[in-house]
Amino acid sequence: MTTSSVSKGCFVFKPSSKKKKTTSLKASDYFHDGKADSQNSESRFETCQSLWQRMKAETERVQEDLNTKILDSLLEFARKSTASFQSKTDDWASRMRASEIPTAALVLGVNVPDHAMTFQSLSALLQESVTPYVVCLQSKECSALKQVLQKVLVQLMGHSVSVEDDDDEEDQPGPPPAGIPSRKMLCSMATLCGWYTAVTQKSASPSPGKKRLSSSKGCGQRPPVVVIFKDLESFTPRVLQEFIVISSRYIQQIPLIFIFGIATSPITIHGMLPHSVSSLLCIQLFQSLSCTQHLATVIDKLVLTTTFPFKLSGKVLQVLISIFLYHDFSVRNFIKGLQLSLLDHFYSQPLSVLCCDKQEARSRAKELSHEDCENIRQLPSFMRYVEKQEPEIQVQLLTSDQRVKDVTQSLLKELHAYHKNYYPVLRCLHALTSSLPKYPLGKQIRELHGICLEKNVWETEEYESAFQLLRMLAKDELVAALRTCTEILKCAKKLGDAVEKLEEFIERFELLDRCSAVVETGQEGEEELLPQKGLQKKTDLFQLQKSLLERESRRTKKLSKFELLRLAVLDCIDSIVKKHLLPPESQPLHEVFYYSSAGTLRRHLNAAPRTAIQTALNNPYCYLQSEALKSEGGAISNAAPDICIVYKLHLECGRLINLYDWLEAYATVVAAAEGKDPDSTAAAQLDDVKHARFIRAVSELEFLGFIKPTKQKTDHVARLTWGGC
Amino acid sequence: MPALIQHPGFSELELRCVEEKLVCRESQVSMLLSIFGEPQQYSYPSVFIYGHAATGKSFVTQTLLREHQLPHALLNCVECSTSRLLFEHILNQLCAHSPSPDNEFSSHTRCDSFNDFIRLYRQLADLQQQKSTTYIVLDRAEALRDMDANLLSGFLRLQELVGGNVTVIFLSEIVWDKFRLNTGCFEPLIICFPDYSKAELQQILSLDHHPDYSADLYASYINILLGVFYSVCRDLKELRHLAALNFTKFCEPLVKGEAKESDTHRLWRNIEPHLKKAMQTVYLREISRSQWEEMQRKEGELHLKGLSAHAHVELPYYSKFLLIAAYLASFNPARADKRFFLKHHGKIKKTNFLKKHEKTSNHLLGPKPFPLDRLLAIFYSIVDSRVAPTANIFSQISSLVVLQLLALVGHDDQLNSPKYKCAVSFDFIRAIAR
Repeated sequence: MTTSSVSKGCFVFKPSSKKKKTTSLKASDYFHDGKADSQNSESRFETCQSLWQRMKAETERVQEDLNTKILDSLLEFARKSTASFQSKTDDWASRMRASEIPTAALVLGVNVPDHAMTFQSLSALLQESVTPYVVCLQSKECSALKQVLQKVLVQLMGHSVSVEDDDDEEDQPGPPPAGIPSRKMLCSMATLCGWYTAVTQKSASPSPGKKRLSSSKGCGQRPPVVVIFKDLESFTPRVLQEFIVISSRYIQQIPLIFIFGIATSPITIHGMLPHSVSSLLCIQLFQSLSCTQHLATVIDKLVLTTTFPFKLSGKVLQVLISIFLYHDFSVRNFIKGLQLSLLDHFYSQPLSVLCCDKQEARSRAKELSHEDCENIRQLPSFMRYVEKQEPEIQVQLLTSDQRVKDVTQSLLKELHAYHKNYYPVLRCLHALTSSLPKYPLGKQIRELHGICLEKNVWETEEYESAFQLLRMLAKDELVAALRTCTEILKCAKKLGDAVEKLEEFIERFELLDRCSAVVETGQEGEEELLPQKGLQKKTDLFQLQKSLLERESRRTKKLSKFELLRLAVLDCIDSIVKKHLLPPESQPLHEVFYYSSAGTLRRHLNAAPRTAIQTALNNPYCYLQSEALKSEGGAISNAAPDICIVYKLHLECGRLINLYDWLEAYATVVAAAEGKDPDSTAAAQLDDVKHARFIRAVSELEFLGFIKPTKQKTDHVARLTWGGC
Repeated sequence: MPALIQHPGFSELELRCVEEKLVCRESQVSMLLSIFGEPQQYSYPSVFIYGHAATGKSFVTQTLLREHQLPHALLNCVECSTSRLLFEHILNQLCAHSPSPDNEFSSHTRCDSFNDFIRLYRQLADLQQQKSTTYIVLDRAEALRDMDANLLSGFLRLQELVGGNVTVIFLSEIVWDKFRLNTGCFEPLIICFPDYSKAELQQILSLDHHPDYSADLYASYINILLGVFYSVCRDLKELRHLAALNFTKFCEPLVKGEAKESDTHRLWRNIEPHLKKAMQTVYLREISRSQWEEMQRKEGELHLKGLSAHAHVELPYYSKFLLIAAYLASFNPARADKRFFLKHHGKIKKTNFLKKHEKTSNHLLGPKPFPLDRLLAIFYSIVDSRVAPTANIFSQISSLVVLQLLALVGHDDQLNSPKYKCAVSFDFIRAIAR
């Protein structure tokens, strides 16, 4: 480009707007795999976005609900401490007591990144209802006392500026930089103290609007200053101790409240603070919900529901849960994983355009294009469905697009109905089995869900043993379980007949109760009593089970009325389960809703960098996809990148590698690649280019951490990986 | 009654007033007063006062200076983390300046070095035309040792440097020997504040009796309290705190009318188990003051668990194994690894014996550092299933370090086999392994 300027210099050229237009792609433009048409991909993208927005809102709501209890108790704590600051009466006890700093020890579990949200909502709530002065400290910003004080001052005084802007602009024409800590300002507690008295006096004096505001907040004219230490474990103990000692000197002038975020256990407080310092604090413990419970709620609200059409297959769910349980305990990561699978589903599955609500899906199914119909025909589940049909219908399905669309609509409807029944029945079965000894079908509903997704649950051994145990359930337990079942099933409209059946059973049980009350002195009653007495002595669960089983088999001939009824009710439940808890794979068109590529998800979420590097070095074909690199066995292809050759050669060496030998070997291999006779003298000669390539490859290996320079021997490098001689 | 403390520079009345406030410190007070001399007289350049926590060092100096209205500056050295803060605080106090919005929270003048401080101090002294001695009190003077090297020696001879009537008083819990610089310095006058004896504690604590009850009753209460706590705690502040917390419980039988004030034995029986419980809980800050009061109000119905009771930590599955592996690597010698973790090894009986034997001695030695490779090798051998070396495993190690369950030893080279130490106890590991 040229300028009209005569002088030399740097000129800024703004990019022309035309250029911008061509380069800026919308997010949805990335959303096709190269084959699908743009219209489809756009609507898929929109569906995905709106679905994710809904799911996100739901998770936020769930997490807020879960946190309410602990947040409420924390707020209560803050209010109480504030009140105790304000009621500075001259009674004897309060005068005599050492003035401790009220401190809340908040135990949040080991996954630190998850805490950010809790603290965010906590500080928002505090600011809303207790005090405008809330400071959040993070250990990485507070390596020394000076930084701690600086952070506190900046956050508090910066805040005061924004408050003044809102409330009383004309109040103080004088110094505008009141809030911004100038270079001149001393970062000390005394400054903070001065600021606090100034602020509180100002709010106490004239402006009536502000007064009303502060009184409505319920904290009077001296709102406390809340300091939140987000990750207590990572703070330097010395800094923390000094800060506490200093703060306690000013507690009379500034009402301070501390909140410690603790990841491990409250003992760490004693570990970090000596008695002389911890005696300055008045520590109260708050324990948050355990993360497994948290996860259970999130799964309950996001996965085990018909609200969202998107579903996870058994394998994917297992990957997500195992990452949670084995690796990080992080609910946030679980939700991120869910988001990733959602995105990947809509990205990779062209038919996911149908993955939306019932009405919407039907209208979309009507407008399917020819390619979409072809895609449907290629779905394995649809093929299976076609095979089951009459021959003429088969032909129709394979030739007529209209026919496919019609069938798709009805199949989608069936799938929705299937989901509507599946979840209540699943919950019902869980309610029945979750209290059984040893939890044959899992303690958590997610385990049962996992089993049901994989295969026909009634064919598993666990199901067998669970029902065997159920057949031995006492009456009151059974009736109670049945009651909860009917409660659960009542939510589903389509399961009315099942509910009716169960209610009838319950009634009959109760009838039986009354009957047996009348005919109490039957022979059966005695027989029932005797073995029970014997049972009470045995505490071993296995023994108990065995003896019960024996009893069961012994008395198959003459069953009491209750036992007959029990069998009947369990048969009824069994039939409900068999009817409704089919695995989704059995349903045609399940691919539309279920995301099943667990491998992709695992690769993305549980990355193995070391393995990836090793594969790249051992087998460059895997990543470069060049035919020349294909090699069998452990042989080095001559045409491989330099670093691969060098890596392969270094595998043959011991702990120390002679650089010159290495270079020689490398030169030979490369010469062979160039087509020269490896034995000829010309090939053996090194040229500068080869030398440079070798050096670059070696330094790349060093960068990757395979070798390092050593001083033990000249011209040698040390190998950092295992293996070799 | 003739006053114990006599001094020509101050009136009888003032001295009487001081004496009333400063009980059991008569000899120290008179010593200090005689060092101070009359207001206009030059005093000794620097005085070093030491004694345990809560022996009245700060209180005595503060009261003396305030009561006699001597010009002074009181500083806490912990609060002044840099020398600039220290200097500016002193100057602020001497010219009665405090940070406020009107002065943009700045200090009186900017002062960066000792040299500036001397100059500014001289200016200030010229300005104020002060005749009487100015006192600069540096509380918690032990923090000075970690600051600039010239601070301590400079303050010791401040009088000489500024050429004015100034005395620096150092207060510390540490003896002077620990302060002495190897380059040599001006030796201050040293005054020791000894611990209060049991009788003195009794006397001081009995002073603040409850207005609703007689002084004798309170004195007997203090007697009981000291009987329980004197063996573990001689800190006056802490004792006062405990006395205040438990007094309502002590008075309970009196309020209910079950006992009279003279019924000392019954009162003792009532309060003694309660105080013992307090020693185990509220004194150690296992449960907080407010919770303790709550408990008293509810008559001990709810049993509160202390902080230490919540020792359990929930960890992800592999983190547990990593921590166990780290523990094994820290407390087992590396040469024994082959014996412990290799599957096919014949001499099982012998190794078991050896393991037990070695463990006891190794526990006494404390955790030893181990390289990352060894940790991972042990980890793979103790986990049943195959675990891919994913990024998650490595991030778990670093998050264990953040949680201070593992400690990173020597962080010079992260690429080249970092070394770790296990920072948790055997009991912790046992709870995890369960």
